[in-house]
Amino acid sequence: MLEKTGVPDADQIKKITPSPGRLKKGPVAVVECFQSIPCDPCRYACRQEAIKEFKDINDLPVIDHDLCNGCGSCISKCPGLAIFVIDDTYSEKEGLVKLPYEYLPLPRPEEEENGIDTEGWEVCSARVVKVQNAKVLDRTPVVWLTVPREHLMKVRNFLRKGGA
Amino acid sequence: MKKPEIAIVGGGPAGLSAALSAVRQGAQVMLIDRDPVLGGQLVKQTHMFFGSKKQYAAIRGIDIPQKLLAALQEEGNGKFDPRVNTTVLGCYDDGVLLLEKEDRAELIQPRKIIIATGAAEKMLPFPGNDLPGVYGAGAVQTLMNVYGIKPGTRVLMIGAGNIGLIVSYQLLQAGVEVTAIIEGAPKIGGYLVHATKVRRAGIPILTSHTIKKAYGCDSVEGAVLCNLDEKWCAVPGTEQSLAVDVICLAVGLTPQTELLWQAGCEQQYLPELGGYVPLRSEKMQTSLSHLFVAGDAACIEEAGSAMVEGKIAGLFAAADLGYAENVEALNETFSRELEELRSGPAGAKIRQGLSRLKGGAQVC
Repeated sequence: MLEKTGVPDADQIKKITPSPGRLKKGPVAVVECFQSIPCDPCRYACRQEAIKEFKDINDLPVIDHDLCNGCGSCISKCPGLAIFVIDDTYSEKEGLVKLPYEYLPLPRPEEEENGIDTEGWEVCSARVVKVQNAKVLDRTPVVWLTVPREHLMKVRNFLRKGGA
Repeated sequence: MKKPEIAIVGGGPAGLSAALSAVRQGAQVMLIDRDPVLGGQLVKQTHMFFGSKKQYAAIRGIDIPQKLLAALQEEGNGKFDPRVNTTVLGCYDDGVLLLEKEDRAELIQPRKIIIATGAAEKMLPFPGNDLPGVYGAGAVQTLMNVYGIKPGTRVLMIGAGNIGLIVSYQLLQAGVEVTAIIEGAPKIGGYLVHATKVRRAGIPILTSHTIKKAYGCDSVEGAVLCNLDEKWCAVPGTEQSLAVDVICLAVGLTPQTELLWQAGCEQQYLPELGGYVPLRSEKMQTSLSHLFVAGDAACIEEAGSAMVEGKIAGLFAAADLGYAENVEALNETFSRELEELRSGPAGAKIRQGLSRLKGGAQVC
């Protein structure tokens, strides 16, 4: 249970998972924000207006996955680091996860890492494809990882195999 | 004796915002802080802030002071007088402040005073809590984020409020191991996005757990934990030992109200707001008409709310001196901001505390 352990439960994840139809169309953002707190930068980060306007700053973000093009602008703008982009069309067996990563040293492309789930467990091997760290990301780099497709909604962190 | 129009005690988010608000109205402001740089606790907040754009959401706390200071320099027109390394030692009932800087004392008599002294950390009683290696979370954050010093190698964090969660994350960023975060309450008190962030980094969060004792010869070598039942009583037989060299306490904050007591402000004990808080009106004016308050000194809340309270205090302190332009419209904007920040479930405790707060000074 999220409030006791810090781990979102399966029902919560199910509710925010894009539809199978949408996943077939390419990258899309998933917003793992489950608690009503006064916070709204994600809404202004999205140029597609896929994150709907808030009636109240305490509203949970509502994302229209059909309007989202998976650009990832929201990832580094979420103060809670709770937004990820997943791409189920990356290859036949692999999906792509883009996640915020605020640890040093940063990984390098092509490195093999251990994919970590929301409980902190290693679930699979993950390969670094790209590390974005432009000034506009304001010190919240975004790491692109390939993982087996079945782990797309599981991998939310990684541990460097060579030691962090 | 210098007689600045407004003296603000404390250069954190509330004090800086109060200064900017008052200067914009045309008042002359002396901003006093005991630290060598302005910013208060912001100088170590390396994480992004929540809230809305108006309270610098998605900006890192460490970047906010320079934004406020740049605005103060630009709009201050020589009316902004910052005093760092300066401690306010006294706040007397005749409105005189006693300042101390590098062993030299100075008395000033401002026409209005805004107390924005922030908060102090609460302590937790347990055997061994006086061993070296037991730190307050604020000290750990200062060591790491201001001075670049690791507090130790293996940390037990006590408290899963926002501070416990954020400092745990920052310890990880500094390369320090955090063995667990324990929390006496059955639920995590901080924002759950902070909790998921540390959890996916492998730190267990143990709710309904407390520390029984710290042990070690010359410094902390470990801690004994136990489970708590729903009545907060230790469950026999659940003790477990953790080998750690740092025990970090993040068990809440209490308003720093000493100067307000000394001045003779009426106060009320409201646990929801952090302890004794000064009575004040919606203008942030205390029971003494020359004394205003803002930020954690008024009630323990997020930095976003502290900044808005600062804007309100600065606005009305200036208005009382005759700088009364556009006061109503500005107050409406600021009040709405505060209301929005407090309106959700995360603000329930604050709303309850404020509803029990007796009305402050009647302002004519």
